[in-house]
Amino acid sequence: MKHIKTIAGANLLKTVGKGGCGECQTSCQSACKTSCTVANQKCEKKEK
Amino acid sequence: MIHKFKNLGQYLVVDVVSGAIHSLDEKAYDLLDCFDEDGAFDAAAAAERGFTGPEYAEAREELEALKAGGLLFSKDVYEDIAKRWDKQPVVKALCLHIAHDCNLRCKYCFAGGGEYMGKRELMSAEVGKKAIDFVIEQSGSRRNIEIDYFGGEPLMNFGVVKEITEYAKEQGRLHGKEFRFTITTNGVLLDDDKQAYINENMSNTVLSLDGRREVHDAVRKRADGSGSYDRVAPKFQRLAESRNQQNYYVRGTFTRDNLDFAQDVKHLIGLGFEQISVEPVVADEKEPYSIRREDLPRIFAEYDALAEHLVNLRKSGKFVNFFHFMIDLEQGPCAYKRLSGCGSGNEYLAVTPSGDLYPCHQFVGKPEFKMGTVFEGKLNPEIREMFRKSNVYTKDECRRCWNRFYCSGGCAANAFNMNGDINKPYDIACEMQKKRTECAIAMAAALAEE
Repeated sequence: MKHIKTIAGANLLKTVGKGGCGECQTSCQSACKTSCTVANQKCEKKEK
Repeated sequence: MIHKFKNLGQYLVVDVVSGAIHSLDEKAYDLLDCFDEDGAFDAAAAAERGFTGPEYAEAREELEALKAGGLLFSKDVYEDIAKRWDKQPVVKALCLHIAHDCNLRCKYCFAGGGEYMGKRELMSAEVGKKAIDFVIEQSGSRRNIEIDYFGGEPLMNFGVVKEITEYAKEQGRLHGKEFRFTITTNGVLLDDDKQAYINENMSNTVLSLDGRREVHDAVRKRADGSGSYDRVAPKFQRLAESRNQQNYYVRGTFTRDNLDFAQDVKHLIGLGFEQISVEPVVADEKEPYSIRREDLPRIFAEYDALAEHLVNLRKSGKFVNFFHFMIDLEQGPCAYKRLSGCGSGNEYLAVTPSGDLYPCHQFVGKPEFKMGTVFEGKLNPEIREMFRKSNVYTKDECRRCWNRFYCSGGCAANAFNMNGDINKPYDIACEMQKKRTECAIAMAAALAEE
């Protein structure tokens, strides 16, 4: 494309079929303790 | 829904539902204004704004192609998932309040000097071990369990920290659980022995340091009123180096008194730290240091300046991680995680020194949120259900917000503290969060160009 560059694809939607294992870190355990930032957490699903 | 914004000299658009992100030229960016919420193009509106000619026609074709490919104007599919999702919650993380006591008297402490509006108290090893038994029992088939040693100041009761850790490791082996430990400390009592134990056992450590000496010392005072910077900063530098600049955060708080907080981040970088989190204070608006709505433009400019600085550093080969600008656009958390948020009141609970359970550390001291005790081994079902049901679609402000899958509905405690309801987000925090997401995406886009 000439006018648009895609930086990331439909990566969130793709997780609907295979997510939800719950092994990921709890948001507040990492650093914040006073806010909620979830998008910066890592997915820990084994097969990923 | 889409969200378009300019940042770091780039024109960007987020397709909220699919998670796709695109960098556009100015023509395509402008043309987005002529699409309605469902992605229908309004040719008359485009003509009225002068968006005509072959270049605009080409840009429109490209936008339409993204839409057809499910990468723009995607329809929401998650609300139904949220309604149908009935997974039984398990407890997988505990915040252990090792000490309701502190050797500092920080002005902005939400724990009221470490006591959480209660009495000064240290957790016993017995309570801590019961908490370990409780989380093993409540964690179902979940393998990874997190334990955060928190306070007050946990180094004031470090012998018990060690006892609990050793017990958890032993029980983890017996029950097939992987315990990960973290500790949050002000550093006053940090010494070589504690550092060695922390490095051996803690997967992450959070070190409280606000930035410049004068900023830190104005707030993080010792009982005699003197500042604590000189006592803790060198210890934190040593600890960070001993962990090879990984798996820790130096964690500061900014207030209305240092809205130029990018200078504090730069100061921390200057001290050699590479893992940094500096966050806005959460305080009642009556407090003189609390963040007000009129401060937001200044704060946004500061985040912009910080994002630019960090991008420039990375381009020059120096890596510094700022917690609130971290984003993984490829393999971030799944949609289920983003719908449900931090897990407070369900997956994540706080344990007081006497063994009482609360939805999270910020609810400790609010008797109406006491969920039970580690000795009883059961949780108040009404409180648990209230938190379990709370997600981005139970919050009116969130269901319409483009940022809902990045913040996941925000902090329940902030919502309750500011608006008396865990489903009514704290709007000033939302505004700052949105800005941080924009900066994070823009940084990722700028670095992807490299």
